[in-house]
Amino acid sequence: MHETDMTKALILTVKDWYRSQAESVKIEKIHLIVGQFTCVEPLSLQFAFEVQTRNTFLEGVELIIRNIPLIAFCHTCQQEYKPEIGLQYSCPDCNSPMEDIRSGRELKIDRIEYSSITNDCNGFSRSKGFSRKAPTVY
Amino acid sequence: MHQTFDAALELNLLHANQKGADHNREHFDRWGITCLNIMSSPGAGKTVLLEQTLAALRDKFNIAVIEGDMTTELDADRLRQYDVPVIPINTGRSCHLDSKMVAGGIHILEHQHNPTDLDLVLVENVGNLVCPAEFEVGEHAKVALLSVTEGEDKPLKYPVMFQEADCLLITKTDLAPYLDINLDRIADNVRQMNPKIKIIYLSAKTGEGLEPWFDWISNLVKQNAVNQLARQI
Repeated sequence: MHETDMTKALILTVKDWYRSQAESVKIEKIHLIVGQFTCVEPLSLQFAFEVQTRNTFLEGVELIIRNIPLIAFCHTCQQEYKPEIGLQYSCPDCNSPMEDIRSGRELKIDRIEYSSITNDCNGFSRSKGFSRKAPTVY
Repeated sequence: MHQTFDAALELNLLHANQKGADHNREHFDRWGITCLNIMSSPGAGKTVLLEQTLAALRDKFNIAVIEGDMTTELDADRLRQYDVPVIPINTGRSCHLDSKMVAGGIHILEHQHNPTDLDLVLVENVGNLVCPAEFEVGEHAKVALLSVTEGEDKPLKYPVMFQEADCLLITKTDLAPYLDINLDRIADNVRQMNPKIKIIYLSAKTGEGLEPWFDWISNLVKQNAVNQLARQI
């Protein structure tokens, strides 16, 4: 099951981010984008993530996976089409090969939701580091 | 009060692996080495192909092999008789090589052999049509093997491997007469998703296709050496 290794890679990447933070943070949710034209099966990834993060800094973190369909662009017909994975990849109208993949190859950590562990004297938490969209109302 | 933040990472899930692969490639480029990542399902004929490649090209190029094998050194032992450095990497339970494992192999190359003397490093990946396609190891080109006994539909079912490959070797063509298989259909199925791929029909048994394969490697090594020099200037 190669999702085990994918998860290992995911954990390593998140760990890099986690360590780069100036203050301690608690990761709450990890949002992934997984294209349909990849070797990753979302359900297996969920399972592997749950098992492999036990007793680590990611235990209990929710993994949210957004699936992205395979979409190709046919330059002959000048239009997008959805190849049928496992059956046909060439353009259904003119049979040109699939050359230009517009989406479906994504394997991305989109964003991380986290909270700060260290509270400042005003009682609300704060964090530094990567770009973030902080809520406007405290 | 509980407050959450959002960090936009937009990082490749395989970011860490990709970084390692780029680092490996920098080593190869500095030493003037071309690296091929050779992938297929188990039993498609990677090791016998390597044996014949070493026998034919070892006088022309200085070659080393990084050999991924889940638990044994059987393949490495077969290749050592060709008198080239063979570095086995036992991948344990992992079903593919990743850039970190190959970095371990490069480290051995660096300390036990003289890497600047090498022209070509052949990485034999673990037999698997799925995951090796997603884990780059620092190669300059990907080679996929598909044996005729595996069936015409495999490129459709395991598209990522065939879409990523630069060269496809359709192997064991000597068996085709005994099978209900259309070789052209295999090629057509692959070209549906990868029209630029180089396809070579090959039989290690009869020798069909070996010359075109050796030519393809030789041209790649020469072209890559030119590119590597151009980058250094």
